[in-house]
Amino acid sequence: MVYKLVYENLKHRPVRTLLSSLAIGLGVTMMLALVGVGEGMLEDQANRARGVGADLVVRAPGSSVVGMGSLSMNQKILDYVRAQKQVTLATPIGVHSTGGVSSIMGINYDEFAAMSGGFRFREGGKLTAPDDVIIDDLYAREKKLKVGSLLHTMNRDWRVSGIFASGKLARVMIPLTVLQELASANGKITMIYVKLDNPANTQAVINAMKQDLPEYPIYAMEELIKQFSVNNLPELKAFIGVVVSLAVLFGFLVVFLAMYTAVLERTREIGILKALGAGPGYVLGILLRETVLLAIIGSLCGIAMSYGTRWLIATFIPASMVQAIVYSWWPIASLITLAGAILGVLYPALKAARQDALDSLSYD
Amino acid sequence: MAIIEIDNLRKTFRSGDVDVHALRGVNLVVQKGEFLAVVGRSGSGKSTLFHILGGLTPPTSGTIKIDGQSLTSLDEAGRTRLRRNSVGFVFQKYNLLPTLTVRDNIDIARDIAGRSEPWDATFLEVLELLGIAQKLDRKPRQLSGGEQQRVAIARAIVNQPAILLADEPTGNLDTENSNMVLDLLRHLNKKTGQTVLMITHDPEAAAFADRTVQMRDGELHSA
Ligand SMILES: Nc1ncnc2c1ncn2[C@@H]1O[C@H](COP(=O)(O)OP(=O)(O)OP(=O)(O)O)[C@@H](O)[C@H]1O
Ligand SMILES: [Mg+2]
Repeated sequence: MVYKLVYENLKHRPVRTLLSSLAIGLGVTMMLALVGVGEGMLEDQANRARGVGADLVVRAPGSSVVGMGSLSMNQKILDYVRAQKQVTLATPIGVHSTGGVSSIMGINYDEFAAMSGGFRFREGGKLTAPDDVIIDDLYAREKKLKVGSLLHTMNRDWRVSGIFASGKLARVMIPLTVLQELASANGKITMIYVKLDNPANTQAVINAMKQDLPEYPIYAMEELIKQFSVNNLPELKAFIGVVVSLAVLFGFLVVFLAMYTAVLERTREIGILKALGAGPGYVLGILLRETVLLAIIGSLCGIAMSYGTRWLIATFIPASMVQAIVYSWWPIASLITLAGAILGVLYPALKAARQDALDSLSYD
Repeated sequence: MAIIEIDNLRKTFRSGDVDVHALRGVNLVVQKGEFLAVVGRSGSGKSTLFHILGGLTPPTSGTIKIDGQSLTSLDEAGRTRLRRNSVGFVFQKYNLLPTLTVRDNIDIARDIAGRSEPWDATFLEVLELLGIAQKLDRKPRQLSGGEQQRVAIARAIVNQPAILLADEPTGNLDTENSNMVLDLLRHLNKKTGQTVLMITHDPEAAAFADRTVQMRDGELHSA
């Protein structure tokens, strides 16, 4: 019976119900989109790292696990690595940051192609001339580039020679030697990807190399890929915390406002219920249920809207961001929102519960 | 058997610095099954008496008993129980919940009293009598004033209260609808033995009752 009243009340003010739900949902969407982008981008990075086809990677001393790094390793290390007898292929990579999170990668085209099993070109083909650049399909889509288009970066124009299927470490690649020249870093590389004759020996080879190169972080690719997790990104975790707090505040304010006005608007109805013998608990229960229902509808809206943000990201900035749908966060985000909503209804509900039946019946 | 016993009941409102003596020693005994009309000038204290009887506000002093139970010592929770179980209210403004259908308006009173069994045959007859049995699925705004007031009466008696308090139930109705509501109250009173107390300004309305008392400056006199 109480649910009927709650349902009828929500139906009675459809615009209020819709707007409240959408506003509550916005908090849910914020959380889901952020967590989804975090997970999506890490997953995408892991996929691209896997796409290199290496068994292990040697990185520069002092570089972070997840970050891309810079041109800070002496190329001579490459000779040492190549000299190891289990190593069938070792190829250097140069990374140059072009501002923000975007970077450009220098490769030895033929070695890199051999290790990764070859590029699958959607259009065009390999790097040949010194001012050639190859880009992946997502980057091409986001920047609206075609084969033959000019791409301006590092203070010069590059000609797009090929567009490959995403999944090969980087989105934008140029010849390594050209990158070194432009960055004034001849003889410097960022990391070395290594393929072994037998992947089962990976750990043994790493142990042996570490004897000779004690300062160099050397990771098995499988290990490295496992490191791509939100737990290794304290900044992201902190940011998620901020957004979660915002969402709680959102739910709180929206519900506070919606229910506060509802209580004012329903002074008479509350008085009637009290005249009929409803105690404070009964009145409280009605408002609480209405709030829980709003929060549930809001959460569903929020989940639906998170598909909307994913679509927007995939359509307009596919190369810069990837949003995953993280199902495990559906209940988390919903419960967080519900907590905010319940905090928000407390004051209006107590006001209603304490309301004098007589005052409200003489109310016009 | 007396169902209401009131002895030297007083109610004083404080509004600002002035004390308003709304009731100045009311004495009244109402027998079970009686239909009593309360008349009196505006501001004489009629509604105040009903509000105390119905547990909407506590008395200042005096004793008051409904069905043997004393109201004087009741706290807020006790008065809530009284409203839930022992009295039914009908107001001048029909005071139905606008978002609920007639059926749900009646059912919510039962839900508040913690009852969920289907309506019994007697109540169904009452609905027929009130002429609303065919309109249970309508919302209040789809009913006339007279119909809304009859729904309010049905809702007030659905939990079989010891007393039905009607505060100017025909105040907003035209003569035809008034007579219908008054007829129904009397019929209900005679048929089911429901004790009814009714406030009215209208001598014609008072004539429907068994007995009329007059409120004058916070005191009751037999008319
Ligand atoms: N909550 C209140 N605070 C202060 N004074 C009040 C309050 N309620 C009623 N009074 C006063 O008590 C007196 C009696 O009021 P009451 O409403 O009982 O009169 P009434 O006989 O029902 O009048 P009417 O016929 O106009 O409905 C009036 O002087 C009124 O102003
Ligand atoms: Mg009155």
